[in-house]
Amino acid sequence: MIQAPKSPGEIATLAARIFAVDPWGTGICLRAGPGPARDEWLALLRALLPDRPFRKMPLGITDDRLLGGLDLSASLAAGRLVSERGLLAESDGGALIIPSAERLSPEHAARIASVHDRGEVPLERDGLTKRFSAWFGLVLLDEGLCEDEQAPASLTERIAMQVDLTPIRSGELGEADAIAAARECLPRVSVETEAIEAICGAATALGIVSVRAPLLALKVAKIAAALDGRDALSGADLAIAGQLVLGWRATRLPQSDEEQPEEDQQPDAPGDQPESETQSEAEALSEIVVEAVRAALPPDVLARLGAKRAAMRSKSSGQAGVKQRSLTRGRRTGIMQGDLRRGGRLDLVATLRAAAPWQRIRSQSQSAERPGLLQIRASDFRVIRFARKSETLTIFAVDASGSLALNRMAEAKGAVESLLAECYVRRDHVAMLVFGGKTSDLILPPTRSLVRAKRSLIGLPAGGGTPLASGIDAAIAVAQSARKRGQTPLIVLLTDGRANVARDGRPGRHIAHDHALASARLLKSTEIRSLLIDTSPRPDPRAAEIAHSMGASYLALPALNSAALSSAVKQARAR
Amino acid sequence: MPVAFPFSAIVAQEDMKQALLIAAVDASVGGVLVFGDRGTGKSTAIRGLAALLPEIEVTPGCPCNCDPRADRSLCLDACRARAAEAPGAVARVAVPVVDLPLGATEDRIVGALDLERALTRGEKAFEPGLLARANRGFLYIDEVNLLDDHLVDLLLDAAASGENVVEREGLSVRHPARFVLVGSGNPEEGELRPQLLDRFGLSVEILTPTDMPTRVDVVRRRDDYERDPAAFAAKWAGQDRHLRDAIASARDRLPSIEVPDATLETAATLCMALGTDGLRGELSLIRAARALACLQGGDAVGAAHLKQVAPSALRHRLRRDPLDEAGSTARIDRAIAEVFVS
Repeated sequence: MIQAPKSPGEIATLAARIFAVDPWGTGICLRAGPGPARDEWLALLRALLPDRPFRKMPLGITDDRLLGGLDLSASLAAGRLVSERGLLAESDGGALIIPSAERLSPEHAARIASVHDRGEVPLERDGLTKRFSAWFGLVLLDEGLCEDEQAPASLTERIAMQVDLTPIRSGELGEADAIAAARECLPRVSVETEAIEAICGAATALGIVSVRAPLLALKVAKIAAALDGRDALSGADLAIAGQLVLGWRATRLPQSDEEQPEEDQQPDAPGDQPESETQSEAEALSEIVVEAVRAALPPDVLARLGAKRAAMRSKSSGQAGVKQRSLTRGRRTGIMQGDLRRGGRLDLVATLRAAAPWQRIRSQSQSAERPGLLQIRASDFRVIRFARKSETLTIFAVDASGSLALNRMAEAKGAVESLLAECYVRRDHVAMLVFGGKTSDLILPPTRSLVRAKRSLIGLPAGGGTPLASGIDAAIAVAQSARKRGQTPLIVLLTDGRANVARDGRPGRHIAHDHALASARLLKSTEIRSLLIDTSPRPDPRAAEIAHSMGASYLALPALNSAALSSAVKQARAR
Repeated sequence: MPVAFPFSAIVAQEDMKQALLIAAVDASVGGVLVFGDRGTGKSTAIRGLAALLPEIEVTPGCPCNCDPRADRSLCLDACRARAAEAPGAVARVAVPVVDLPLGATEDRIVGALDLERALTRGEKAFEPGLLARANRGFLYIDEVNLLDDHLVDLLLDAAASGENVVEREGLSVRHPARFVLVGSGNPEEGELRPQLLDRFGLSVEILTPTDMPTRVDVVRRRDDYERDPAAFAAKWAGQDRHLRDAIASARDRLPSIEVPDATLETAATLCMALGTDGLRGELSLIRAARALACLQGGDAVGAAHLKQVAPSALRHRLRRDPLDEAGSTARIDRAIAEVFVS
């Protein structure tokens, strides 16, 4: 009987063997930077899957390489449409390695996830309709350094295991051994209801919502049994599943007294009387799984669980993906007849399609100097049309100090939601940060999801001094990172301009004002568009001075309301 | 593609199943939008539905699955040519459930010049796309909120008019494209445009089950299915057949079922209380209630039916009020409570 593995090296080795038995049914996410440990793990996996494809996906992959499409040269040579398999179909039966998975765009992730779900690529591209088998297993290489940099949730959701390779040193991994026997044994592994109850119970106790998690845990437990040559699940198998599948998904750790109420619920279910023994057996098993998870988690996990939950929320909105859009020069919106000399990107298939109907006429009219060749004229060229307008990000920086703070924030919140509610088409993003007391908080990270905005904007902090300088600095930081993603930021500063907390947290009106002016000049030098809305009852010259230093439009809105605010923002954006 | 997970074996998620069955009974209800958590069996249900539906009669070889008794002048040349070859021929096929995969290109959706025939034979021929294939069936878009805007526009256009008009590459073609649009997605990935939202007749919010017995059931059935899909499907075939018969008989009853004036009035009152825009909501509400009444074997559409379908028919048509924290479902429940008491 296999013991639950103890050392990180043993865990990682076991995970590789489990993956190799059923790549499609499991999948794994490796948390580690590039290095010998990761290379060795991948080499181990390669050795475990000797005759299966092993493909690596580059981040900026295009749809025609990912999903497949028209093989142009073969099509022209053969005189008929020849399709070409994409990377997903090429990985059929083996492993698809996705490096830097934390930077994968949601669009790519969604394509991979939907192909993975059905095990085939439904190709509807370039005049082709094809189905390619694609039973691949996912290996995500997640190099994210912090909790808010994680692989897209749509993929991690479908992946069974996660292993952290950082504590592993070179040479700590085991050898590759034969897994053919385990593959044969797997269909014979039987599953008792207690095992399912144990896994579901453990998942609930760990605060895991998705039903995929217990499904995947069951699969991993079965493979662990098969690797051991058994056709019945043991407690150790479940412990392994808990460690590899449930542990990293946990959003809370069960307290022993928290388990009490669950036991109380059990007798309430009708018709349970004769089964009370198996019930307790399931509970005992469930306890084993939770214990395994507890043992596998690092000691500081409690502190990190909160952060993780927050990160899981933010990553699901697909932050990482937006970064890539700048590479593609905007969104592809269609094709048009075009001139190549102006630097358009040629769409080969569309060009061919435009030229095709004329081939017979052209080959007759032309002196057949080069017979058999396609006759393509300049008028046939079709170029890809990209959406020129780039996405905008409106950053609301709201002064949370003083008596008007609550009113100001309610109106800013209203403006955020009304902007979001009407900008689906323009794909505008909105962020909101609040400064007050001594600090500034990004309470709504850039998003275009109204659902998220609503959730984040419930309950807003208010009161304290006005650290205007740090507020402006924080807004610049958000705007700069938006620029890196290819978005056009606009900062909307809502304040009365009466700074009284300096950048380092010291109180003092003069120094605070000087710091605020310095930050404002910094903002001007970055050439980020900005708008200062003076919310004080009587317009203040200091606010106007800061607006001037920022290079911002200045607008006094003593009777602030969200409709006026959002229309002011829309005007500023249209400039 | 292996055997689909049987529709009747899907645990819980009654709202989603009900909405899909209603759309299966009466396509005029409009599409179904399924929005919700990951891993809740959205795609599974739709693929299961495909296996469940009764077969339809088509003109053999017609790319649009044309009804043999329908007016063929609206269809493609290819269809008329086939029909002329073998007049009166009828084939029975499964209801088309067409997947619109992410990454599909525009030419495959609306149809385009047949490149192969053009290059090899110099012929200008139309190659029908997914919209033609989905005619009289379902068009399913997973992650509908990630679909490119220009493709969404194409779909809306076709869904609204019931026909697909192609004017490109020297082609000028039109063909029928009546389909039930089924979209699914996760609201955290981004919102859907209101124009698209309004186009769906029914919208379902779907949540992960949280009670233990249901979750154990889900895992148990999925495990059984993966172990032996064919045997699992066979085990549920009886239930699936039962559902199929229910759909077929509901379709038969649909033209004759009575909608009393009182029900129409209640529907109007409900829509007014909620302040939904336009008449589309009211129409969807009535049609969905009618289809549900047929499914449940009633002879008249009553208040109970309205109550059952109101959340899915109206949820997505409420005007957004940024300051109202309550979700749309809660607002509808409130309105239902008010309207049905009086």
